Amino acid sequence: MATITIDGRQFDVDDTENLLAAALSKGFDLPYFCWHPELHSVGACRQCAVKSYRNDEDEQGMIVMACMTPCADGGRFEIADEQAAEMRRQVIEWLMINHPHDCPVCEEGGECHLQDMTLMAGHTERRYRGAKRTHKNQDLGPFINHEMNRCIACYRCVRYYRDYADGDDLRALGSHNNVYFGRDSDGAFDNEFSGNLVEVCPTGVFTDKTLGAHYNRKWDMQNAPGICSHCSLGCNTSPGSRQGLLKRIQNRYHGEINHYFLCDRGRFGAGFVNRDDRPRQPLVRNASGVLEPREMEVMRDTMEDVFANARGVVGVGSPRASLEDNFALRHLVGAANFCNGMNSADSAASLAARDAIAAHAERVATLREVESCDAVLILGEDVTQTAPRLALSLRQARRNKHLEHAAANKIPKWHARAVRDIGQDNNSPIFSATTAATRLDDIVLTPQRMRPAAIAELGFAVAHALDNNAPEVKQLAPDTRALVDAIAATLKGAKKPLIIAGTSLGDPAIVKAAANATRALAAVNQATRLFVTLAEANSLGMAMMEERGIDHALTAIEDGSADTLVVMQNCLYERAPEARAEAAIKKAKNVIVLDHSMTRTVGEATHVLPAGSFAEADGTLVNNEARAQRFFQVFIPDAPMQEGWRWAADLAEVAGHKPDWLGMDDLIKAIVAECPQFAGIEHAAPSQSFRKFGMRFPRSPHRFSGRTALYANVDVRERRPEVDQDSPLAYSMEGYYGEAQPPSTIAYAWSPGWDSNQAAITRFQDEVGGHLKGGDPGVRLLAAPDGNGEFSPADIAVVDGWQAVPMYHIFGSESQSARAPAIAERMPKAEYRVNATSAKALGLAAGDSLELTMNGETHAYPLAVDPSLPDRTIGVPVGMHGVCGLPLPMEVTP
Amino acid sequence: MDETKVLTQRIRDDRSPVWIDDYMDLGGYEALKTALSDYGPAEVGPLIKEAGLRGRGGAGFPTGVKWSFMPRFEDKPDERPAHVYLVVNADEMEPGTFKDRLLMEGDPHQLIEAMIISSYAIGADIAYVFLRGEYTECRRRLQRAIDEAHEKGYLGDNILDSGFSLKLYIHMSAGRYICGEESALLSALEGRRAVPRHKPPFPAASGLFGQPTTVNNVETICNVPHIVKNGAEWYKSLGLNKDGGTKLFGASGHVAKPGLAEFPLGVKLGDVLEHFGGIRHGRKLKGLLPGGGSTPFLTPDHLDTPMDYDGVGAAGSRLGTATMVVFDDHTPIVGVLKNLEHFYAQESCGWCTPCRDGLPWVEKMLVNLEAGKGQPGDLELLDLHVKLLGPGKTFCAHAPGAMGPLEAGLKYYRDELAALIPDDAERLSRTEAANANPL
Repeated sequence: MATITIDGRQFDVDDTENLLAAALSKGFDLPYFCWHPELHSVGACRQCAVKSYRNDEDEQGMIVMACMTPCADGGRFEIADEQAAEMRRQVIEWLMINHPHDCPVCEEGGECHLQDMTLMAGHTERRYRGAKRTHKNQDLGPFINHEMNRCIACYRCVRYYRDYADGDDLRALGSHNNVYFGRDSDGAFDNEFSGNLVEVCPTGVFTDKTLGAHYNRKWDMQNAPGICSHCSLGCNTSPGSRQGLLKRIQNRYHGEINHYFLCDRGRFGAGFVNRDDRPRQPLVRNASGVLEPREMEVMRDTMEDVFANARGVVGVGSPRASLEDNFALRHLVGAANFCNGMNSADSAASLAARDAIAAHAERVATLREVESCDAVLILGEDVTQTAPRLALSLRQARRNKHLEHAAANKIPKWHARAVRDIGQDNNSPIFSATTAATRLDDIVLTPQRMRPAAIAELGFAVAHALDNNAPEVKQLAPDTRALVDAIAATLKGAKKPLIIAGTSLGDPAIVKAAANATRALAAVNQATRLFVTLAEANSLGMAMMEERGIDHALTAIEDGSADTLVVMQNCLYERAPEARAEAAIKKAKNVIVLDHSMTRTVGEATHVLPAGSFAEADGTLVNNEARAQRFFQVFIPDAPMQEGWRWAADLAEVAGHKPDWLGMDDLIKAIVAECPQFAGIEHAAPSQSFRKFGMRFPRSPHRFSGRTALYANVDVRERRPEVDQDSPLAYSMEGYYGEAQPPSTIAYAWSPGWDSNQAAITRFQDEVGGHLKGGDPGVRLLAAPDGNGEFSPADIAVVDGWQAVPMYHIFGSESQSARAPAIAERMPKAEYRVNATSAKALGLAAGDSLELTMNGETHAYPLAVDPSLPDRTIGVPVGMHGVCGLPLPMEVTP
Repeated sequence: MDETKVLTQRIRDDRSPVWIDDYMDLGGYEALKTALSDYGPAEVGPLIKEAGLRGRGGAGFPTGVKWSFMPRFEDKPDERPAHVYLVVNADEMEPGTFKDRLLMEGDPHQLIEAMIISSYAIGADIAYVFLRGEYTECRRRLQRAIDEAHEKGYLGDNILDSGFSLKLYIHMSAGRYICGEESALLSALEGRRAVPRHKPPFPAASGLFGQPTTVNNVETICNVPHIVKNGAEWYKSLGLNKDGGTKLFGASGHVAKPGLAEFPLGVKLGDVLEHFGGIRHGRKLKGLLPGGGSTPFLTPDHLDTPMDYDGVGAAGSRLGTATMVVFDDHTPIVGVLKNLEHFYAQESCGWCTPCRDGLPWVEKMLVNLEAGKGQPGDLELLDLHVKLLGPGKTFCAHAPGAMGPLEAGLKYYRDELAALIPDDAERLSRTEAANANPL
């Protein structure tokens, strides 16, 4: 701690911080550009000039940059000093020399940090006489628009992209007042986290192209607190909408999960909400086999008939739907007839993940904690493709070694370039064993390529090397033994070791091995952390709700014990082999699908009920750390659509067991009452009736200008805002917005003088870049470990012959985002991958077509030679660009 | 006035290089032998400190003190980092400066010997010469000298059986002025953009590739063998005032006999000018930049200034590289300033705002002034830039350096500059001004 004086007021501040961060944390308005809470200080823009005094007697003082000034005890500083203010005004005037002043047509306008800082610094009159230099822009692909003329050369973009996200294809080019930030040539950014440039850029150089396609200002946006539904990490998002169109996804700060950054799948994957082919009204298949729309009232009678005549109803839940939707379906079909909607491999692995997370609840790392770990072992997971945001956190974890070097040389942690310069490539150790090369290999020590069983074996062996009580693996090859010993020794020597595993390889043994290693390591180091990734946004929630996978429902149809299938936001073809899904749909008398997207199952259903997507519904999701988080409805659709759980409740009513819950609050209570493992989810966000000073919380900023004109084409009278019956949020700009608001209800970030998302949030944080005031949202479930955990036996199912293993891709493997046009443009072509030896054995060359039969299902794709794969291992593209529904890995005969 | 030849003692009149046999005949590599046999690695530094050698690259920082910042690992070999580096800054790009070129082309072995001794003194195992991109002849000659030294066992493993080993490389700069700034030089040497680094940390703590590093100028380090050979007292006695040793002085511009000469530090400015034949064509001195393009003007009033660090400092300028750029009384000062500021604006690395965007504005104002398109208030706006591009306000010393001659120019030649603004100049509307001055 240090005591410093700013503008005559004394503050106790963290002496490891710089003055700018401290001043912002204490609520001062001090303009800045190049500094960023995650990118730290480099002193490039010279915007945060303040006056520093040597001691109490010093009256002269000197101008210093706050971002490069340590908070030394006794320091005395003036922000209000006129000389400092003059410098800050002048810096803006310099920055503005070549800026096009095109705010009226700039996508950044209204949430532009440059606008804010210009106002804050007080520059008003341009004295430069002369022409402005101009740049050419580049086509940066479907995600990001480029307008270089707006650039003020703060270097944030390259510092984020190159130094933080480890990207390589964005550079500072040129020099003097002709610095250019771009790629060598046109093309989409290679890095999976490029979308953050949109928010990192303080002005409109990098803007969201998907927003630009149907643009509106931030102040005309209707937002809601969202949870990303494209993987299991539960990053917080702020979806923005206008007039029933989802406009964009912005980051929503969460101090323990995503903090300032999202992955590109999360940011650009929501376009599926706006698709024209979505079912937007109830549909019934008519006699000629065509789905035709039905009025709500008629549909009610139709469904009453269906349930009256049904001979056995089974429900297919979904790991991508909320607890509420799933629970409502469970109520409709009865617990005995409900399944979690996962395929057998995913279900088994997810249950193992649930057990591992439950057993190590207090050791389960948050994403933020991952960044503080100094030795990592990744078992099986290609995290960039399956839990992308984790990869970005691991890239920070490896820098702990740099910080260590820096600290030893008295370099403060915020001195970004000095830390990087002294750190160079001396990274904290990350070990990784995966089936093939990954995008993290550049920071992994001797990346290992193994089949799933060998990965599990490696994990068990490490556990045994750490603790003799952990079950032993039979025979290890000598070089594997050496590797195991090296990993064990490194993990043991670390201050905060981390084990990562996941369910993507469909092998529960990998997760169990990770749990063993965690247990063994925790015995010697209490700081040990475990991180388990799952497949989808609510995979863990579903593993907690229901152990039976989709086989349960399909078997019921196949053996005739049921003739009616109710599917909640799921597609059978993504969960079961094609033939089996097709047969079940054919055999079932009724296939009732409650979904928001035009899946193949919807296309073949007998009855379709248009369920709201995340943008049109509230709900609770359980992320991979067992954190229950609430997402809120963004807008009211202009169509007879409703939440999945409302449809299920309506169906239950016509089926004769009307639920006694009506709104969200009741429903959540019912979930907790019936499934006590979910106790706590009622605290994930305030209840529907919660008010602050008698007020709701606004979805729109208070400058929301269009409200009186939005529907002027229909009626010039202003509409009464819709009343939200499910949450304490308001569909308007009215209500309480401020620091005392429960963080889970903050729909957008704004504070006086600060309009940009990443800067405005500072006022809601306990300290800049820290936690949200009032606590980061969400409730950790499974919080009480059983305490008497035991090591799992080292059971491994070894496959000797050819094996097909799943290959994921961030763009394409997740089905919802794959329907977003921007993501679809970036989806890779499907291909099988084998190594050269295997290709030779198959008698095929790269580019040849390979026909592979798996579970009786044949797919032909071109062959690519990937030298990283083990022998006789075929990488199979999984997801919308490849194979769906097959439980991988499996033994094959090519 | 006669020269005092120390660094240039072996340099031939025809400038043909002194190769190793001649170099050794003339006493070369004796200092290396003395250093390795008579001094421990930690004992050379104090000798240099005692001699009072100060940096000849422009800043004048005491070399021995700089070396003393280097961490020593003699007592703790386990903690020794992978490498310790010596980097010689031979990126001689200061306008008007060509002294290092003479030393490297005329007597390449002097630099090599100096680097070996200096590396020994700071515990470096790898040494680089960061050479200006255009100095291709220097490169050829230095490379031959390195090869010759290798053959004689002065470079490589276990030099002269002392147990000390050194690798020495030449790195050609890709050619930016900013690479001469020692920390930007390190960035460039690492293969990154040549952007300066913030200090602290200093290179001794975290330099090239994050390892302990010392960066010295060519002329500075060339003094080291002479000090080792002749002692600190001898060296101090060379100087006329407080600062010891000799200095290469150069003159370019409107002097009768441009060139280089070696004088003791403290020689009078007038004497140096006289050595170079005074102002050519019988004209009078208007002003001069005493130590390269980034040093403030001295005027005919300053001819008695002793040319050492403190003396030139007291006259309101800096000794810099001591290679003066001289202007006669027919020179319009606005043209001088415009050319200088054009150079510095163009050579800004683009990292910090004041330098990147302020210098081109300054240049633009001077262009306008020269073209008779000045406006009332322009000189005050230049004053503002002098103030706000000053030390501490910009990231490195580049822009403050560029402001040196401008500040002095505004001080000494203000009437001349003010007279350039047409009497009828009124403030144009901003649009008119922009249209009138497309750049």
